[in-house]
Amino acid sequence: MDWRIGTVRETSRETPRSTTIVLDVPGWPGHRAGQHVDVRLTAEDGYQAQRSYSIASAPEDAALRITVDRLDDGEVSPFLVDDVLPGDELELRGPIGGPFTWSVDDGGPLLLLAGGSGVVPLMAMLRHRAAQGSDVPARLLHSVRAPREALFHRELLALSGGDPAAPGSASLQVAWTYTRMVPPEWTGFARRLDGPMLDAFAGPAPAADATGPAAAMAADGLSAGNGSTERIFVCGPSPFVETAASLLVARGHAPGRIHTERFGPS
Amino acid sequence: MPPITRGFRGRRPDVDPSRIPPGQHHERGFPVLTAGPTPPVDTATWTFDVGGLVGAEQVFTWEDLMALPQETFTVDIHCVTTWTKLDTGWTGVSVDELLKDVDPRSEWVTIRAYGGYTTNLPLADLTGGKAWVVHTFDGEPLEARHGGPARLLVPHLYFWKSAKWVRGFTFTPNEQPGFWEQNGYHRRGDPWREQRYWSD
Repeated sequence: MDWRIGTVRETSRETPRSTTIVLDVPGWPGHRAGQHVDVRLTAEDGYQAQRSYSIASAPEDAALRITVDRLDDGEVSPFLVDDVLPGDELELRGPIGGPFTWSVDDGGPLLLLAGGSGVVPLMAMLRHRAAQGSDVPARLLHSVRAPREALFHRELLALSGGDPAAPGSASLQVAWTYTRMVPPEWTGFARRLDGPMLDAFAGPAPAADATGPAAAMAADGLSAGNGSTERIFVCGPSPFVETAASLLVARGHAPGRIHTERFGPS
Repeated sequence: MPPITRGFRGRRPDVDPSRIPPGQHHERGFPVLTAGPTPPVDTATWTFDVGGLVGAEQVFTWEDLMALPQETFTVDIHCVTTWTKLDTGWTGVSVDELLKDVDPRSEWVTIRAYGGYTTNLPLADLTGGKAWVVHTFDGEPLEARHGGPARLLVPHLYFWKSAKWVRGFTFTPNEQPGFWEQNGYHRRGDPWREQRYWSD
């Protein structure tokens, strides 16, 4: 897979610690929602550093967007979040990733659980769903420390708000939980993800997953092969994903239906 | 020559750079990367079997594993997501030991794990003191999220080859791509040749 040069068309600050970089990448082969790219930076003396970043844009989007969260002690992310300017060139290769992808043809219902910037690849899925005018039922629960860190908040409200201008909106439900700073008069979730929260948000696992030989088969395979058509994607810091995946399994969701992507030190 | 990234200085490794393969960076933590939930694996029912194209199938229980000669050693590990962790300490059983009474009839091995994960390697990458089934990390029982109670360890290749929750080997008539290998990753995955993706 060759490195390509992408030119930064624009950047936009999403939250105090994250930036979306919009790139024109000549020859970009297209991607599936949920995939990522490798980004490589080269210093003047030839020193290089590369990292993987989730693609935020839908495959239908004319430009490639990555949304990067700053790791304070990071080497690459502070540069991407704070220093990149329109016109800069970045080396990219991809798209990369197979299991953690979704397209409307895969069907649903879709259950998406995000911790922090783990919402980025899930946003690509929801943008793809909207671009296709799909009404596949979808739910997104996004856990963030504080409201100001809720990436894509306004866009998600629009997509889920029953606005006729936002296709598929009636069948998309989005909820946030704030783990550290809770706005006044907030009536939603205000704690780390737990069992009761998952029950309240997602309800019970589809019946086909809960019992029977299909569940037993699925329990021994990463490939989904049981009666349910549910698709579950969990992305976030390792402890969040570990908790979410365990809660889902304990509630009868087939392990083979649960796709995870973890980041950060354990 | 790749283009210079305007304004990027980077951080040079704070360790001997010759220990960091191309495109990797030094990591002090131990990140977790798994495609699905962590499967519960109980040592009371744990088994490791060697089957497929072999003379006679072998099955090891946890007690069998513990009764085999144990090796404690320190190696560097390299994840395809670009982190490299130096001087990790492990205890486990050499794959040479597990294959001692096995008569392989093929050069290709599919590695199977609890939870359904698979990966594949040529036999030559598993033998000759290059691979182990490990159960102890830095002196402590290997945690479930890192593949405990036991994982494969093949430190000379990218870490997805070191299957967590390993449960056995199947010798196959030809090369059978495993989970990540079917998803665009390299068949062998040598970090020093930067064999990340299938076409590298």
